[in-house]
Amino acid sequence: MSENRMAIRQVELEVLRYNPETDDEPKFQRYSVPCKNEWCILDALNYLKDNLDPTLSYRWSCHMQVCGSCGMMINGEPKLACKAMVRDYAGVIRIEPLSHFPIERDLVAVADDFMAKLKRVKPYLIPGEKRSLADGEYQQTPEQLARYRKYAMCINCMLCYAACPEYGLTPKFIGPGAISLAHRYNQDSRDGGRDLRQEEIATNEGVWECTFVGACSEVCPKHVDPASALQQVKVASTVDWYLEHFMSWVKK
Amino acid sequence: MSRRPYLREVSRTAWFFKRPRYLRYMAREVTCIFIGIYTVILLVGVYRLSQGRAEYEAFLMALQRPASVVFHVAALAFALYNSFTWFNVAPKALPIQVGEEFLPDSVVAGGHYVVWVALSLFILFWAGVL
Ligand code: SF4
Ligand code: FES
Repeated sequence: MSENRMAIRQVELEVLRYNPETDDEPKFQRYSVPCKNEWCILDALNYLKDNLDPTLSYRWSCHMQVCGSCGMMINGEPKLACKAMVRDYAGVIRIEPLSHFPIERDLVAVADDFMAKLKRVKPYLIPGEKRSLADGEYQQTPEQLARYRKYAMCINCMLCYAACPEYGLTPKFIGPGAISLAHRYNQDSRDGGRDLRQEEIATNEGVWECTFVGACSEVCPKHVDPASALQQVKVASTVDWYLEHFMSWVKK
Repeated sequence: MSRRPYLREVSRTAWFFKRPRYLRYMAREVTCIFIGIYTVILLVGVYRLSQGRAEYEAFLMALQRPASVVFHVAALAFALYNSFTWFNVAPKALPIQVGEEFLPDSVVAGGHYVVWVALSLFILFWAGVL
């Protein structure tokens, strides 16, 4: 880009505000923020909070797309505020808390539901083969790593939930992020916990609530491709079902 | 300080107008209705055939009415759209790992197209059209 990185442009932000102590419903508030060309939306919000309105609440931590806490709707799309650049938006920029989640305050979404679901899918290694410390580490080949690597990139930002219409309509759906993480461990050669996870995800609240809209994969900032993970879980669960019902003599 | 989270309503009937990607999804889903109707017509044809020659010929005549021709052209277009969209997302459900890499999506989707064309040619040949 030939423009000066430090060039300053006055940008109109329309931010959804909600104060649980005084407001009955959220409403938009307009701010005019002098933004540098190199700023991301999070920089603009930080400027706003430091200089224009200290009462604005929003979450962030790393400012480098790894902590997953700055997810919000920017012009209706779920984005990381530290990844979306101000210069990519023309006109008024509309900022709202992540869709489909209750609003705690201003841009802060209530993450309790996602956290509970994450816990349910057991997103950690459940070793298939017990080894003592003396046996040394669990080893893995690059091929075995490649099997799940993509799904290990998840930063729990919940953008996929805000994009998923299925989750919006049926909040009990375990959802793309958590199921992708379950898949990540199921695909891991060191893991033996698939049966436990299947009890949660191979269910109507799990993958079978998914109708493959594919929106999750389009918005995921880490290219986890949750839609792919969920379809793979469906295929594997269907194979399980056939093996169990028609080929019970086939040893698992 | 007590919590008082605010829940925004999601429209049950109009949510798919909110983003173009939702509309694309609905287009994929809705086009399958035409495939369903076509299947019913096909079953009716088999039933007519079972009733005898005169009934079957009446059925064939009915198929040649303009409304029927229009429906079949539309159903073909929608069936093609439906098939293309599904074939293009098939690689997501069937990733194929070779060593440390995965086969490109175009190979997995391409395989579906190849099988599709081969089966179609086989059926057309078998039915005496080719
Ligand atoms: S799958 Fe992607 S969008 Fe969903 S929580 Fe993980 S990183 Fe975020
Ligand atoms: S602030 Fe950590 S991901 Fe944006």
